[in-house]
Amino acid sequence: MIRVILPGHLRALVNAPSEVELHISGQATQRTVLDALGAQYPVLRGMIRDHVSQRRRPLLRFFACQEDLSNEVPDAPLPHAVTSRAEPLLVVAGIAGG
Amino acid sequence: MSGIRVLVGTQKCAFILTSDGNRQRWKLSGPHFVGWEIFHLTGSIADPNRLYASQYNSWFGQLIQRSNDGGETWEPVGNKFLLDGAIGNYEGYDGTPQGWEFKRVWHLEPSLSDPDCIYAGAEDASLFRSTDGGQNWQEFRGLRAQSSAQRWQPGRTGMCLHTILLDPSNARRLFAAVMAAGVFRTDDAGETWHPINRGLKSQYIPDPNAEVGHCVHSITMHRSRPRVLFMQKHWDVMRSDNAGDSWQEVSGNLPSDFGFAIVVHAHEPETIYVIPIKSESEHFPPDAKLRAYRSRTGGYEWEPLTKGLPQNDCYVNVLRGAMGVDSLDECGIYFGTTGGEVYASSDAGDSWTLIAQRLPPILSVEVQTLP
Repeated sequence: MIRVILPGHLRALVNAPSEVELHISGQATQRTVLDALGAQYPVLRGMIRDHVSQRRRPLLRFFACQEDLSNEVPDAPLPHAVTSRAEPLLVVAGIAGG
Repeated sequence: MSGIRVLVGTQKCAFILTSDGNRQRWKLSGPHFVGWEIFHLTGSIADPNRLYASQYNSWFGQLIQRSNDGGETWEPVGNKFLLDGAIGNYEGYDGTPQGWEFKRVWHLEPSLSDPDCIYAGAEDASLFRSTDGGQNWQEFRGLRAQSSAQRWQPGRTGMCLHTILLDPSNARRLFAAVMAAGVFRTDDAGETWHPINRGLKSQYIPDPNAEVGHCVHSITMHRSRPRVLFMQKHWDVMRSDNAGDSWQEVSGNLPSDFGFAIVVHAHEPETIYVIPIKSESEHFPPDAKLRAYRSRTGGYEWEPLTKGLPQNDCYVNVLRGAMGVDSLDECGIYFGTTGGEVYASSDAGDSWTLIAQRLPPILSVEVQTLP
């Protein structure tokens, strides 16, 4: 199981808890975690990754273990602390000021 | 007694105002969809309790929301707007070719007969339709496939398809307005399209009479006369009496013929309304006086409507989708401002009442007349 923390806007959209638990079959990567998230909450498909390119939307970031994983390749394994449930994977909406 | 529902989309959320047919007391519900830009909130004519909202923000992109109970509850439906193949490029701000890309939905236009059928006008300029209540969307490829599309260019806020009109007398005829390209018509249910901009004159493009390149801000029609179209262009108020085959200017005595919104009276097809704005760089009313203008002659001759509207120190704008009418016997007119105010007139514009204020900047106003 992987722990995922979503931005408040997305949690509200799908009435998700503050922390989502996802079962991943095979290796846990950004891609497999986001695929599992989309399977559990179909409304979120296209809202974290672009429907066509499957690339991360520009104003979202992926953090874990106090590291920014946003620009890791989507198929890179997630840190052990995430796969062992010690740490969550955070999907973070970039700060917007003004 | 009949009632009125005013659907208000703003930069930060949506609101719904309701009143009975007297239109004296208004109840505000919301905010709905907090934290999202609601480009358009609209209802089905075939089933007034079926509402649709175009919900967007720059973090998470596009989502369509649907309500089956007049906005009491909502459910997110589709957000997959896939362009139907690569079709050339358009010319970007810097003159380089830009490939078409879906960005967001500016306008939703429900079918006149089927609550599950709805059209969506998008940025980059493209037209989609759903026949299952907003769950799945298919593009009308023919709009972008026409030859003139290579010469379309974005306006300051992008290249968006912002207005869709359905011809009530001919289900195969649709009109679509694109910023900054012009107006386009299909007579074969969306298969093929062609520009209908003859008579438009735009001094801000190299050839003022070009086939495309005109910054059309809004178009409208009266359902009883679908061959008569009215347009608020970047500058100029225009009309066409032949379904857009040709246009003539009807700005007449307006204090400024720049503006965004234009609507037709519900029962008088030659009575139209605009909100003059000073200029393209000064998006507020001339002389800082908020005035609607009414023409009872289909243009040319205009009268200011000021009673109840601020007549000094007013620096708001009224955007293209932010004006609507009801269809009670005494036609009601409504508009929302970028200052977050909603004004209503229950006497066809003779006098106005502020029915909501201090909302976020208003992007759209739609009005439903309920049985």
